[in-house]
Amino acid sequence: MITMDYDVAVIGAGVVGCAIARELSRYRLDVALIDAAEDVAMGASHANSAIVHAGYDCVPGTLMARLNVHGNELYDRWCQELNVPLKRIGTLVIAFGEADEAELKNLLELGEKNGVPGLKIISGDEARAMEPMLSQDVTAALYAPTGAITCPYEMTIACAENARHNGVKWMMNSPVTSIERRGDALHVTAGVYHLRAKYVVNAAGVHADEVARLIGDESFTIKPRKGEYMLLDRTAASLQKVIFQTPSKMGKGVLVSPTVDGNSFAGPTAVDIADKEDTSVTSASIDELSRLALKSTPSLNLRGVITSFAGVRAQPSTGDFIIRPSEIDPRMIFASGICSPGLSSAPAIAEEIASILKEEGLPLNRKPFFDAERQPIRAFRHMTDEEKKAAINESPLYGRVICRCETITEAEIVEAIRRGARSLDGVKRRTRAGMGRCQGGFCGPRVMEILSRELDIPMEALTKFGGGSNLLVGKTREDGKNK
Amino acid sequence: MSCMVDVAIVGGGPAGLAAALAAKEAKPEAKVLVIERDKKLGGILRQCIHNGFGLHYFGEELTGPEYAQRFIDRVEKTDIEVWTDTMVLDVSQKREITCVNTELGLQKVEAGAVVLAMGCRERTRGALNIPGTRPAGVYTAGCAQRLVNMEGFMPGKEIVILGSGDIGLIMARRMTWEGAKVKLVAEIMPYSSGLNRNIVQCLVDNDIPLKFNHTVTAVNGRERVESVTVSEVDPATRRPIPGTEETIPCDTLLLSVGLIPENELSLAAGIQMDRVTSGAVVDETRQTSVPGVFACGNVLHVHDLVDNVSAEATLAGAAAARYAIDGPKATEWYAVKAENGVRYTAPQKLSKGASGKAELFFRVGNPVKNAAVEARCGDKVLARRKKNIMTPGEMEKIEIDLAEVQGEVVVTLV
Repeated sequence: MITMDYDVAVIGAGVVGCAIARELSRYRLDVALIDAAEDVAMGASHANSAIVHAGYDCVPGTLMARLNVHGNELYDRWCQELNVPLKRIGTLVIAFGEADEAELKNLLELGEKNGVPGLKIISGDEARAMEPMLSQDVTAALYAPTGAITCPYEMTIACAENARHNGVKWMMNSPVTSIERRGDALHVTAGVYHLRAKYVVNAAGVHADEVARLIGDESFTIKPRKGEYMLLDRTAASLQKVIFQTPSKMGKGVLVSPTVDGNSFAGPTAVDIADKEDTSVTSASIDELSRLALKSTPSLNLRGVITSFAGVRAQPSTGDFIIRPSEIDPRMIFASGICSPGLSSAPAIAEEIASILKEEGLPLNRKPFFDAERQPIRAFRHMTDEEKKAAINESPLYGRVICRCETITEAEIVEAIRRGARSLDGVKRRTRAGMGRCQGGFCGPRVMEILSRELDIPMEALTKFGGGSNLLVGKTREDGKNK
Repeated sequence: MSCMVDVAIVGGGPAGLAAALAAKEAKPEAKVLVIERDKKLGGILRQCIHNGFGLHYFGEELTGPEYAQRFIDRVEKTDIEVWTDTMVLDVSQKREITCVNTELGLQKVEAGAVVLAMGCRERTRGALNIPGTRPAGVYTAGCAQRLVNMEGFMPGKEIVILGSGDIGLIMARRMTWEGAKVKLVAEIMPYSSGLNRNIVQCLVDNDIPLKFNHTVTAVNGRERVESVTVSEVDPATRRPIPGTEETIPCDTLLLSVGLIPENELSLAAGIQMDRVTSGAVVDETRQTSVPGVFACGNVLHVHDLVDNVSAEATLAGAAAARYAIDGPKATEWYAVKAENGVRYTAPQKLSKGASGKAELFFRVGNPVKNAAVEARCGDKVLARRKKNIMTPGEMEKIEIDLAEVQGEVVVTLV
């Protein structure tokens, strides 16, 4: 086995790990981005609320409070450079009566302490003027103009692509099974790879405690908490704002929100679970989500539901993000226990980790040719007629629509594969093919053919999302004999 | 780049092909264009390799591809223009079509009349909100049919099928013949939405169990389906009855839970829709609320027999050609209402002053025995039909004389 030397091995290719990799790619460093899954954004980063929170509900003085508010500030620049959608539509926390209104005042106070700009409490009527679908029973709302929506997996993919563009090595399908603490470096075994890393960043999400245990650090545990969602079709409703109900002990409360693609969703639930991989959705949760969503917005068309899904948040036993060097071996830096508001904080966490690495003795010298820009896959559906003509002229595959619900062309799918998609879900996250109302019923077999052709692998080897998620079990009978 | 045609047909499946031929026959001088998104004509029939097609239309039993080929052969003998591998992106109220393919790029077509024949799509797991995990191995029956019949691949070996729609029944047999084990067909309703002949030939003949009042209440398995949980439902509420859960080990769940007309283009064109059929509101010529735009086949309302699709498309195609060459005719209509156990009718309106016979297609909402259906105009009974049994799974029709229609028509069970 060949051993490779790296300055930093980032374990975990969720939004946090990928943002860190991207941040570190500014410097003259050899960086590896490692994940057990076949692709980036395979955990909580592809199944969350997609909200860049303003930061009013974190306890003042915590890492969560500071990094959320700073992360929110950084989002404009990051999204601009990475060409990731960001819509600063603002968020509303709504009150149904006096008890809730007291909670709004509490949140306003917290928010002001955290330095959240522009917060104000508005009347029910003012809130309804901002969001006409809001219930008549809403008596007041906390309005946060800096609250925004983004696309969490596109953010993750964009960070990872930009990091790779600036020299970071991707190592997918590479579960970390051992980390040896030797004098020269931490020796990391990850799938087929063996790395000598000066530093390891532990951004392993729900598995961060297990990765910490590999060097004998037992200072925290991660509790998986499941959040279930219902996604609604584009025609189902057109929400203007992110709408929270007042938070509960289990989290920020159920919200309804538009997505950057014009769909709507309701969620999340907050269910403490034993199994870190349990992304099942229960019928009780769907009923509960429907009830709560209709409480906020009674006219939301729940018959337009496209799919339901769940993500597992990494709740730290410490109650706050864990961002520090390990006390067992400071060459492992934790970016762990990143539950909500993790997506919002990711760019700030990335900066924080870079400065911790510097404090721990890693020289950070800027690369002269760092390219902050990441070009998106050019979406045919967003082009003008003239642009469409030009695109087909340049690449005829833009003239072949594969996913009819979302109008995704073969050119986009081929480009997604070129950028690292290896499965149906990998193509889906990069292009939206299969994300529409037919959920891949039509384009699925066609995307499979393109994957098979482009990757030169047999159809039977194709998966939905890597591992054992094979789509086909074999060929039909070739003997032509019927029973 | 822009081109002009008399009749443009969106979709080259059974509806589009029959409409094109009828347009050509009605007005031989008309320039007719068929736009098909797939690489070949024939639509969904290409993957329906079982027989049973054409009994009504041709008086003989054909496979899907054979049935389609009869129309394709006839189209090829005419000067009907066909663009395959071409996707229509937009149809405007002024009948300008925007479409795209790899050769012509983005193309605009100005049409004298448009026939919408886009067919339908399958309802998905998400639309049903089936709880559980999201592993590989959950397919709509039609998607599995394509994989098996056109690509030559098996999506699974141990199958549970949810829904007893026709495609699900056909696939139960097909998968069995390919050596898979179909463990159960679960149907949430107390009756099947499929044709009775398919229940007998596909399930009974292959010893495949069918359970009414049952549904899938969870999909289990992390990477690939490992089992599904099936529960009995209360027939009154269709809610699962706690305590009736049964876990059935399997690697695949096929869904045959309904078809939805594919009307994105129609909606974008501002065409008036029928909430029951999810298709356009049309008159007896299958003209929609947008003048010169016609609709037929499964995009208009889901049919169970392709023979009926062909017949309906013939009306639409001929009317579209007449509209393009002779100009508009009807400007006022009488409504057709579905009442008392009749769920919908197609057409939903009739042109004032029309003559000749017209067939009103309809479906009942629940199975009925020894009932009769009437088409009435005021106190006058236009037509009456008796039947031993009518089920929601089988489309029915009643023929009326248009000259007798002097006001709103009601189709009702009596």
